Amino acid sequence: MLTVQGLYTEYPNDRGEIVRAAQDVSFTVEEGRLFTLLGPSGCGKTTTLRSIAGLERPRAGEISVNGRVVYSSSKGVFVAPNRRGFGMVFQSYAIWPHMTVFENAAFPLEVGDKKYSKKQVRENVMRVLTAVQLDELADREATKLSGGQQQRLALARALVMEPALLLLDEPLSNLDAKLRDRMRFELKRLQRELKITTVYVTHDQSEALALSHEIAVMNQGRIQQIGRPRDIYEHPATQFVADFVGNTNFLEGVVLRASSGAPCCVVRTELGDVTVHTTKPLPVDGRIAVSIRPEDVELSESQPSGENVWQATVEQKVFLGEAIDFRVAVGSRSLLSRQHPTLRTPIGGAIFVRVNPEKCVVFSTQ
Amino acid sequence: MVIGACVAFTVYIAVIPLVFLIWQSFRTPQTATTPAVWTFGNYAAAYGTSETFRLFLTSIRFAFGASLFSFIVGTALAWMNERTNTPFKSVFYALSLIPLVIPSILFTVSWILLASPQIGIINQLLQNWLGLQQPPFDIYSMGGMIWVDGLHYSPMAFLLMSAAFRAMDPSLEESATMSGASVWQVLWRVTLKLTWPAIFATILILFVRSIESFEVPALLGLPVGIEVFTSSIYTAVHRYPSQVGLASAYGVALLAITTVGVYTVSRLSGQGSKYATMTGKGFRPRQIDLGGWRWMTAAGFILYFILIVVLPFLVLLWSSLQHFYTVPSREAFHNLTLDPYRFVFTYPDLASTVWNSVLLSFGSATVVMLVTSVICWMVVKTKIRGRWLLDNIASLPLVFPGIVLGLAIMIFYLNVDVGVYGTIWIMYVAYITRFMPYGLRYNTTSMLQIHKELEESAAMCGASWTTTFRRIVLPLLKPGLVAGWIYVMIVSIRELSTSILLYSPDTRVVSIIIWELWQNGQYVELSALGVLFIVSLFVLVLMARWAGGRYGIREA
Repeated sequence: MLTVQGLYTEYPNDRGEIVRAAQDVSFTVEEGRLFTLLGPSGCGKTTTLRSIAGLERPRAGEISVNGRVVYSSSKGVFVAPNRRGFGMVFQSYAIWPHMTVFENAAFPLEVGDKKYSKKQVRENVMRVLTAVQLDELADREATKLSGGQQQRLALARALVMEPALLLLDEPLSNLDAKLRDRMRFELKRLQRELKITTVYVTHDQSEALALSHEIAVMNQGRIQQIGRPRDIYEHPATQFVADFVGNTNFLEGVVLRASSGAPCCVVRTELGDVTVHTTKPLPVDGRIAVSIRPEDVELSESQPSGENVWQATVEQKVFLGEAIDFRVAVGSRSLLSRQHPTLRTPIGGAIFVRVNPEKCVVFSTQ
Repeated sequence: MVIGACVAFTVYIAVIPLVFLIWQSFRTPQTATTPAVWTFGNYAAAYGTSETFRLFLTSIRFAFGASLFSFIVGTALAWMNERTNTPFKSVFYALSLIPLVIPSILFTVSWILLASPQIGIINQLLQNWLGLQQPPFDIYSMGGMIWVDGLHYSPMAFLLMSAAFRAMDPSLEESATMSGASVWQVLWRVTLKLTWPAIFATILILFVRSIESFEVPALLGLPVGIEVFTSSIYTAVHRYPSQVGLASAYGVALLAITTVGVYTVSRLSGQGSKYATMTGKGFRPRQIDLGGWRWMTAAGFILYFILIVVLPFLVLLWSSLQHFYTVPSREAFHNLTLDPYRFVFTYPDLASTVWNSVLLSFGSATVVMLVTSVICWMVVKTKIRGRWLLDNIASLPLVFPGIVLGLAIMIFYLNVDVGVYGTIWIMYVAYITRFMPYGLRYNTTSMLQIHKELEESAAMCGASWTTTFRRIVLPLLKPGLVAGWIYVMIVSIRELSTSILLYSPDTRVVSIIIWELWQNGQYVELSALGVLFIVSLFVLVLMARWAGGRYGIREA
C-alpha cells in the first residue's frame, strides 16, 4: 500500500524561475491496485512519480509504502532511490546498450543489498524473462531489440527484484499505435496476475481508462479528481476533467428553475431550455456549464418523444470506420455527435437531436 | 567521497600554478644573503623599456602573420574540399592528422634542413641550377617563422573551417546561384558572410595557438635575435642568474592575451543563434563544378601535400641515412649508412628516456580521463550550484601557454618543497594540468549523449552511486574515454614547451633528447630519432582512428 500525503515539489527551471510542479498532492493506492496519474504535459504527474521513486526531492509532504516511510519532511526522512527497492520503467526504457538482455535484467540482483548466488540470479532472471516472453533472446545484445521488446525488457528489469511498488512513466508512449494496443493488454494481464501495487503515469486518457483501478486527474500541479475510470468519465468533478478525459460539448447557461420533486433543474442555454438531472443544489440564476458527451447526443430522422428534443441540420460528417462523427447545428450552435455508421442523413439534411437529462453533467462556473 | 577527491584535485591542479605565477611576478629573486621581498621591479624591468614594447609587437606580428597564413590556406582547402568537385580530395582528411604525427620541433628542423641559407637543400639546389649568388630563401627570419608555423597548423584551420562549411544549409547558397550569382559571388557574398562567426573564431583560435608556440620562435627566431614572449621566458629562466620574476612578468602578460582570446572564442560559440544556419535535416551539399579549373585546384592540393608531408619527411629520412649532413647528390647516394640509427639505439639513457615518455603519457592520460569523467558527470548530469565554476576551473589550463604553465609549476614546487622538484612527478603534474581540458572536452561530448534515465534506472535497481558510475556511466563513456585517452597519450608524448623548464638529467623525455641533439648540432642523429618518433606516433594515431571507429558504432 502506497500513501502520499500533502506532497509539494518545486524546482528552478533554466531561467532560474521556481516551477511549482506538485501542489498538495495526496492519494492512497491499495495493495495490488493499478493507480494512474493522468494529465496534460507539465501538470506535475511525472514529478510526483519521480518523488515517489526518490529521484526528486519534494519540498514537503510524506510518502510511505507498506508502512515504511521513505520520505517525510516533518520527520526529516529521505531514503535514497537505490535503498527504496521500487521497480521503475522509464519513458525511454533506459535499456543499457552495453549489456545483453540477460545482463540488463540481472543487474538489480547483482547490485542490491540482498546477495544472490549465481544460480538464484539465473533462475530469477529467466523466470521474469519468460513472463515477458523474452527468454529466447536472453543472450542477444540489448540494442538489437525492437521497441516492444525493449519495453518488455524494461518491465522485466523492474520486476526481477520483486519490488514493493512498480512505477511506470509513460511506458507505452514510444510505441506505434498497433503495438501500443497490444502492450496495453499485456501490461494489464501481468499487473493483474502478479498483483503488484503500481503507479502509472500517462497523458493518454484511453490508456488510463483501459488499465486503471483508479485514476487521479491532475492539472497545474493539483489533483482535480480521484475515482474509478467509469466515475471519472461519466461524472467528471470539474470542467477540466470533463474536457480532458474524452470529447465533450460544453453548453453555458443560467439556472432557470429547479424542477419540483425529481432531482432535476432547467437551464437556459444557447440551445434553448435544457433539462438536466443533478443531485447538486444549484441556485436559481447561477451561471453553470453543461457537459454532454458526443455519444450521448442522440440523432434520429423521425421526431423522438420526451424532453430535450431540438430540430437541427447536418453541417459536417467525418467517417471513422467503426463510427461516424456528425456536426449538427441547432440554431446558431454546433454540437458534436457520435453515431453508428448506419445513420446516413446527407449534409444539409434535417435531423432531430435528443439528449437524455441523466447524461448531462453540470458544473458551476461562478 | 570520489566526487570530493576529484573536485579538490582539480582545483589544486588548475588554480595553484596561476596563483603562484602571479605571486612570483611581484617578488624579487631570493639569494643567500637577501630574502625575497615584494616588488614591482619585475614589471618595471619588463615593461619599463622599449625593448618590451618591441617584444610585444614582434609577438603580435608573428602570431597574426602565422594565424592569417594558416587561415587562408586552411579555408581555401576546406572550401575546395567541401564545396567543389576537385579530384583526389578524399585524401585530405588524413591531412588533419599531420600536426599530431609530426611534432612541431621536427617540422621546424626539417624546414631548416630545407631552407636554411647555409645548408638548406632547396637553397643549394636553386643556387646551383640558377647560378644565384645569394641563397633565395632565409628561414631564419620573421617570414620564415610565419611560413613554418602557419603551414604546420593550417590543417587545424582546414578542420575548423570544414566543420563550419558543413554546418551550413546549402540551400542558402543554391538560392544565390538561382538568383544568378557566379561561383565567386556566391562564395564571397553568401558563404563567407554566413560563416563569419566561425571565421572570426577560427582566426582567434589560431592566433592564440601561434602566440603560445615555442618551438618555431626558439629554433628560428632566437639565433637571429627575433624574440617573442615564449622564447623570452625561456631565455630569462636559462640566463645566469636565472630571472624567474622577470619570466613570470612576461608570463602574466602572455596569459592575459590568451585569456582574452579564449574567453572571446567561448563567448562567440555560445551565441551563434543569429547566424544559426543548421536546419537539422540530413543533406548532401551540391558541389560546384569548377570545370577545367578543378585540375588547378588539384595541383594546389598536391603542392600543399608535398610541402607539408612529403618534403619534411623525406628530408629527415635522407639526413638520417648520412654520416654527416649533405645535400642529395649522386655521390651522397653511394654513401648511405645506417650509422645514425645505430647511434640512436646505443645512445646512453635512450631506454630510460623512452620509458619516461611512455610512463608519463600513459599515466597522465589515465588520470586525466578518469578525473575529468567525474568532473564532467557533475557538470553535465547534476544540478549542483556552482558546477559551471567547476567546468571553468577544469578548463582553466587551456589559457596557459605550455611554457608559462611549466614556469608556474616550477615556481610552485620551488617554493613549496614537497620533494617533487627535479623528479618525474613534477612533469607528471604538469602534463595532467595541461591536458585536463582536452580530457574534459572528450568526456563531455560522450556524456551529453548518455540519457539521464540510464543512470536513474540503475538507481531504481538499487545500485549505489559508485556502482552506477563504474558499471553504467564509465562503460557508456567508453568511446569518448578511449579516443580522449589516446589523444592525451599522443600530445603528451610529444610535449616539449612545458617539459623544457621542468626536466632534469634523470627525467628527460624523447622530445627533450631531440631538443638537446639540435643544440649539439647532431643533425643526422636527430633525423634518425625523428623518423622513428614520427613512425611510432603514426601508429598511435592509426590506433586512435581505429578505436574511434570501433567504439563509435556502439553509441546507440
